[in-house]
Amino acid sequence: MCGIAGFEILGKAKGFPFEKGQKVLERMIWPLKHRGPDGFGFFLDKNKGLAHARLSIIDLEGGWQPISNEDDSIWVVFNGEIFNYVELRKELETQGHHFSTSSDTEVIVHLYEEKGLDFPVYLNGQFAIALLDLKKDRLILSRDRYGIRPLFYSRFNDRFFFASEIKSIFNADNALKREIDPQAIRDIFTFWSTHGERTSFKDVNQLKPGHLLVIDKNHEITVKDYWQIPLGLKPPFNKGEGEICKKLKGLLIDSVRIRLRADVPVGAYLSGGLDSSIITNIIHRYTDSPLKTFSVSFTDKVYDESEEQRLLAGHLGTEHNVVSCSYKKIADLFPRAIWHCECPILRTAPVPLLMLSGLVKSTGYKVVLTGEGADEVFGGYDIFKETKIRLFVSRHPDSNCRPLLFKRLYPYLALSPSKSAAIARSFFETDADPNDPFYSHLPRWKTTSSLPKFLRNVLLDETSDSVSLLEGEIEQDLKRLDWFSRAQYLETALLLSNYLLSSQGDRMAMANSIEGRFPYLDHHVADFAARLPTTMKMKVLDEKYILRKVFENELPQEITRRRKQPYMAPDILSFFGEEIPDYVEYYISDETIRNYGIFKPKAVEKLVSKCRKNARQGFRENMAFVGILSTQILYDKFVSNFEIKTPSRLPNVKVVRRENCRT
Amino acid sequence: MSDIKEQVRDFIIENFLFGEGGEDLKDDDSFLEKGIIDSTGVLELVEWLEETFDFKVEDEELVPENLDSVNNLEAFISKKQK
Repeated sequence: MCGIAGFEILGKAKGFPFEKGQKVLERMIWPLKHRGPDGFGFFLDKNKGLAHARLSIIDLEGGWQPISNEDDSIWVVFNGEIFNYVELRKELETQGHHFSTSSDTEVIVHLYEEKGLDFPVYLNGQFAIALLDLKKDRLILSRDRYGIRPLFYSRFNDRFFFASEIKSIFNADNALKREIDPQAIRDIFTFWSTHGERTSFKDVNQLKPGHLLVIDKNHEITVKDYWQIPLGLKPPFNKGEGEICKKLKGLLIDSVRIRLRADVPVGAYLSGGLDSSIITNIIHRYTDSPLKTFSVSFTDKVYDESEEQRLLAGHLGTEHNVVSCSYKKIADLFPRAIWHCECPILRTAPVPLLMLSGLVKSTGYKVVLTGEGADEVFGGYDIFKETKIRLFVSRHPDSNCRPLLFKRLYPYLALSPSKSAAIARSFFETDADPNDPFYSHLPRWKTTSSLPKFLRNVLLDETSDSVSLLEGEIEQDLKRLDWFSRAQYLETALLLSNYLLSSQGDRMAMANSIEGRFPYLDHHVADFAARLPTTMKMKVLDEKYILRKVFENELPQEITRRRKQPYMAPDILSFFGEEIPDYVEYYISDETIRNYGIFKPKAVEKLVSKCRKNARQGFRENMAFVGILSTQILYDKFVSNFEIKTPSRLPNVKVVRRENCRT
Repeated sequence: MSDIKEQVRDFIIENFLFGEGGEDLKDDDSFLEKGIIDSTGVLELVEWLEETFDFKVEDEELVPENLDSVNNLEAFISKKQK
């Protein structure tokens, strides 16, 4: 795993002299050294540059980047893994390609030679790729299907920059504009994440998952998809349950197997839930890999799942490692988490994952498999059940019994509307039109709908309603889907790619140079799951029914029969416990709120005094507080006090210059 | 405006709207439909009612007709105080 960065000078602007070009690459790659601490590699042309920070996992000796093809006309830097590189290489060799390393990176250049711009379609992996084709004089960026690996780009006048993280782009030149985008805050305060190409900063875009960006020789930039979320693209299976179980099991075992390919040992995160238990079980039963597992425990028992984790680790005989998380640790690490997330967040849940990757690092491991993605692909979230119950209630609006089902859904909520059927009906919008493409998410977005009001009016006036914007972007895709797939689509397009895989995924793992791998997001698995009939994803109110069915005989019943426990961490409680950290007091003080000019001072003051009185607050207050605090930190670290000290000489650097190449 | 109504409005605006947009809050606006009160907010509201007006809200009284707008709350409080 690694970090990548680079630039291209567009239009009539002259290129950098090599010295200056190298300086720009050094400034860009240094902020990514946590992603790749094992060395740096550059390729420099007159008006283009590629940079790579390396974490050695496959081909420890030969895996230096950039890597070129046989005649040095194609150069690539790449962050991630191509899991099917062994099979691709065999095929490419029979087609006459010569390989000079045994790394997965080299497969990309030869595949590109063979397939042109279609090359990502053939990759099974998690990747952010930058490829230079010197003959056609074009730069190509590409990103994996679900957005496991990040890739950002930005155009400032005639200069185009790209990088694995935004801080790298900002560090290219201190004169670049760094401004928070109020629409992004509004979107995050509504959906928990931005969507589409938007990031938290104006003029910085993310390359969307499953997309390709090309800058051609005339400096025209085009962005197009090579993949779509597979829901509804093919008709549902018309097969028996037994046949489906057998096929699915094979796909999952294959997916785990190829994700164990590495020249370093691979561990697994164990949450205590079904998804990570299945992964661990597969490694244990179907591979020869010795297994280390890693978990977070919480001192507050409300959030703790360590009993289930121990149970499974014991059952499978893994070498189990645990790190304990407390309110204080969350508060202490929160600013560091924001530095890595590069966006506001509405919950502290990324922080324990930062601790978890720290634990993995301390054992000398670099790679872990995780269960992320199963809830989207197989339908595990409560929001799917909630939608089903709402539809059930809406069919008999006068029934007083039907709304009681909500009680079954949220028993772990100490404070819940399900006490009263009538209130539940109103809160869960059971009167809404079931044909509304956003039907599943209406109650959730109603809870967040008041949060953007904390933004100062002058900023709010610059923005548009987040739900309407989203509607314009994806309504057409939703129309072809049934209610269940619509909810899955929204969870995938919004939360999975833009929050779970980034703020809770790549960013928290890479902060400690740890690479996560996601067997449920193997596109063969996900494409297969997309064709499951809805009843196999949820039977009555049994979530991920088919997945449970496949592995029910291989896991303890305590795990397969257990109700889904949503992963959460304490929010306001972490900051307003016995002691309020100084930095929190600073960021939420009236003076700082006024100085940064993002939020309404009076509204923030009212929220803060509510938190001071009682740290146990409702969802909305928790989201508002964490959202405001994280935005303040983001502004401080990325806008007003952005500073990264780049050393005058980087260690372990390898530079390739165009003038020295064969082409 | 009655004292009770004013008290209720102040509480809702101060506590759930954080002082913002009180001028747009109509006395018969549904708190739940407008997203003014979320699921946990209902309990917060009940706690406030019980503390401020010194009566107990029974489970069967937890219905929108009693709690879901400034007008409904005013009527409910007046009834309970009789």
